[in-house]
Parts: sequence; C-alpha cells; structure tokens
Amino acid sequence: MKKKKWSNLYLFLVFIFLYVPIFYLIFYSFNAGGTMNDFTGFTLSNYQTVFDDARLIGIVLNTFMLAFLSSLIATTIGTFGAMGIYFTKRRRTRNALLSLNNILMVSPDVIIGASFLIFFTFLGISLNFFSVLLSHIAFSIPIVVLMVLPKLNEMNASLLDAARDLGASTFGVIWKVILPFITPGVIAGYFMAFTYSLDDFAVTFFVTGNGFSTLSVEIYSRARQGISLEINALSALIFLFSICLVIGYYFISKDNLTKKQKRRLRQQSEAREIL
Amino acid sequence: MKKSKWFYSTPYYLWLLFFVITPVVMIFYQSFFNIEGNFTFENYQIYFTSGTYLKMTLNSVWYAFLITLITLIISYPTAYLLSKTKHKQLWLMLIVLPTWVNLLLKAYAFIGIFSTHGGVNHFLEFIGIGSRQILFTDFSFIFVAAYIEIPFMIMPIFNSLEELDPSLISASRDLGANSFETFRRVIFPLSLNGVKSGVQSVFIPALSLFMLTRLIGGNRVITLGTAIEEHFLVTQNWGMGSTIGVVLIVAMFIIMRLTNEKKRKGGPLSK
Repeated sequence: MKKKKWSNLYLFLVFIFLYVPIFYLIFYSFNAGGTMNDFTGFTLSNYQTVFDDARLIGIVLNTFMLAFLSSLIATTIGTFGAMGIYFTKRRRTRNALLSLNNILMVSPDVIIGASFLIFFTFLGISLNFFSVLLSHIAFSIPIVVLMVLPKLNEMNASLLDAARDLGASTFGVIWKVILPFITPGVIAGYFMAFTYSLDDFAVTFFVTGNGFSTLSVEIYSRARQGISLEINALSALIFLFSICLVIGYYFISKDNLTKKQKRRLRQQSEAREIL
Repeated sequence: MKKSKWFYSTPYYLWLLFFVITPVVMIFYQSFFNIEGNFTFENYQIYFTSGTYLKMTLNSVWYAFLITLITLIISYPTAYLLSKTKHKQLWLMLIVLPTWVNLLLKAYAFIGIFSTHGGVNHFLEFIGIGSRQILFTDFSFIFVAAYIEIPFMIMPIFNSLEELDPSLISASRDLGANSFETFRRVIFPLSLNGVKSGVQSVFIPALSLFMLTRLIGGNRVITLGTAIEEHFLVTQNWGMGSTIGVVLIVAMFIIMRLTNEKKRKGGPLSK
C-alpha cells in the first residue's frame, strides 16, 4: 500500500512538471501588469488586444486555412498511396516503399526545411503561401499512410474478392467496400496531418517568404523581442482549442478501439462455440 | 485492379519522387558547391580540418545525449507506473495533451519562468538561495529540451510495456523471482524495443532544435540544427549548410541503425 502511495506521488510530480509551464502561461494572460513576473491585477484586456489585432487574427486564419487544406490534400494522396502499398504483392517492393515513406517521418525538421528550400529555389517557385502549402502536404502524407495502412491490413481480403465476383468495378470496390472499412484510419490520419501542420515551425520558417506567416513563425519572431502578454492570451485560446481537438480525437480512436474489442469478443465466443 | 492501382496512387508515387528522393539528392548535390557557386570539395575539407565544425558537432551530440538520458530517466518510471494505473487511457491522454500545445509557446513560457524576475528566481529568493542567471545557459537549454521531449519518450515505452504478456510476469514470480529480479530479467529486456524507439524519437530532434538554442540557449549553445539554419538563412552559404545537413543525415542513419530492432521478422507488415 505504501508503495502505491510513492508511485502515485511520482506520477503526480511528472504531471505537475508537464503542466506547470502551460498553466503559468495561461495564468499570466490575465495579468494587468504587462509582465510574466508580478501578478498585479485581473484583467481581460490582453484578450481584447488579441481580438483587436487584425494582423494577428489574419495570421491565425491563415494558419488554420493552411492546416485544413494541406491535411485534406495529404489525406487524399496518402489514403490512395496506402492502397497502392497494400496492393503491392512483392514483399521487398512493399518494404522499400514503406522505408521511403518513413524517411520524412524521421528526418529532422531542419533537413526537411533546408532541402525543400533548395528544391523550390531550383524550380523557381517563389516562397509564399504556395510553397508552404506544398511543404505541409509533403510532410503530412507519411503519417496518413501510417494511419491508414493498419486498417487496410485488418480488412478481410475475401471481401474484395466477393465484391468483384458480384460484379463491382474497381471504383465500386474502392468506394463501397474499402473506403467505408478504413474510414476511422482516414479520419485519424486527417487529424494527425492537421496537428502536424498547426504545430510545424521549422519547415515553415525555411520555406516561407516575406508575404506569408503562420502562427508559429509569428510567435517565434515576437518571443525573440521579449514578453508580450498578448501571446499569453493567444496561447490560452490555443490550449482550449487543442483540448477540444484532443477530445474529438479521443472519441474517434475510442470508436476504433471498441470495434477492435467487439471483434475480439466475437472471436472469443466463436472459439468457445467450436470447443 | 493492377492497372488501376497505378492510376490512383500516382500522386503518391510522384510525392515519393519529388518530395522524398529529390530533396535528399539535392542536399547532397548542393554540398559540393561553395558560396560562389563553383563545384568543389572545399566544404567537406573545411568541415573536417577546421576544428570549429568538428567541435560544434561533438558538442551537439553531447547535448543530445544528455537530453536523451535525462528524458529516459524521467520517462521510464513514468511509463512503468502508468501501465499499472487503473484509467490508463485517460492518463495517457493527459501525457499526450501537452504535445498538442505548440512547441514555440512552451519555449515562450520558459522565457517567463526562467527570466531574472521570473517564477523560478522568485522561488530561489524565497528559500534563501537568491536569484541567479538561468535563462540563456546550457542548463536552461537542456531542461527545456527535455521537457518538450518527455512525452515522446513515455509513449513508446508505455506501448511496449502494454504489449508485454502479463502471464510472463506471473510465470517469473511463480518460479521464485522477486519483483526486482522479475523487472531486471523479464520486464526490462522485453520493453527494450520501446526504449529504443523512444531514444530514436528524442535523440534526432535534439540534434536539430535550433529555435530552442535561439530562444532559451541565447546563442550560447550551437547544435547541428542551429548551424544549418545559420548557414541557410543568415549567411546564405547554402553549400556549407548542406554539408552540415549531410552530416546530420549520416548521424540520423547511424542512430537508426543502432536503435532498430535487430531481429526483423520480415518487416513491419508481416503478422
């Protein structure tokens, strides 16, 4: 019993450690004093400043627009890419494709950013919204593939044969059989791509020009100038939004889980019947 | 099905060609050009002969090692204890949640906490040690980097502990091993794969976190990432920047070689 107490204390301390900086930030967003040191009085004026700052609001909208578009395109390309890998019958080719797919997952951000910068400059693509969008699509595709592929592997292959025997076209098989089955994986992939895009700083920092800025880049340049409680207020809003996203994601993955559990239960009962 | 497969996954293969293979090739290619745009081996020569670059690389590797070690020491017990709690999924979600807060915002929070009149110095004054310079030191860089990477270390270790078959632990106990022996001979070896992938996902970013060295390290700490950013965006010496990039890619492959599971049973797809 005593052991349990110590382990709970340890976990508690780790959680405190993980959350203190975030709550520190949010706490001072209500500070009237203008610094992150002395709490002189409660105010909402920092939030007022955020909503009055047209440039900042514009950047927030840009960031979400970018995340929305890039993850949508990345999900489409990635889902069909995962099907391509799934239907690749030779194991060696399939493993080679998977290794290539994972290169961008493990590469440090600076390498991705620098190499994309060289690539865009070589092609003569000017550095603006378009170059950032292309990069975000590019680094989001592999995570979509990794989310969709396990779902495809779970699928019973005889379903596809049955559909084709019953006369379904390729399009029909994809639309009516494969897609409905892998939908949870596709949605999870979309969520992951969305957060990758929202979170990214380093790649955007390399490939963006003067005309276009995202939230991370803006926070970086403001943080280099020192503290402004406007950022604190903004981070509190972002934190709230993240919580909503996490809850949404949690329900989707829970849905996945229960289906898995249901299947396991069914398999168990079938096994029992055989016995 | 076969022909149409090529049709609908064409965009994906184009992506592999243009955004995975081409950029890597181009960074290699660029590393053979000097600042005037002439083909040369100069960059590699400078990198390996002038002591500054080698020293910087060693420094960066050392910092990454320290960051990885500290995160591992904090994360392993956390993951282990988490796997024994009742509402695992809820706790795990609470661990993951901070990773959804933008990295820049977390760094920004530490600028406030570590500043001369910030929270930590208030506390140090209160307990009588007195305030001191914390921001813009090596310590603050390692601390913040470890803070950011901890969830990425906890998750893979937790997953490997979850996959562990509980009957193995019972067997070990039945055969007379005490809980420490069980941990040392059964649990730890079986969770080693999680530790390896955790190390992989912490060490590689730790080599390249240039925004932290700028915001928290105050340009005192220079990592490989900082050097690349400096060469590309400040001094515009892309050739040298690419050379350091190639070094970073090589370092990445070495780490992946060291941390990949040795016994590959036919790749990740086989079941």
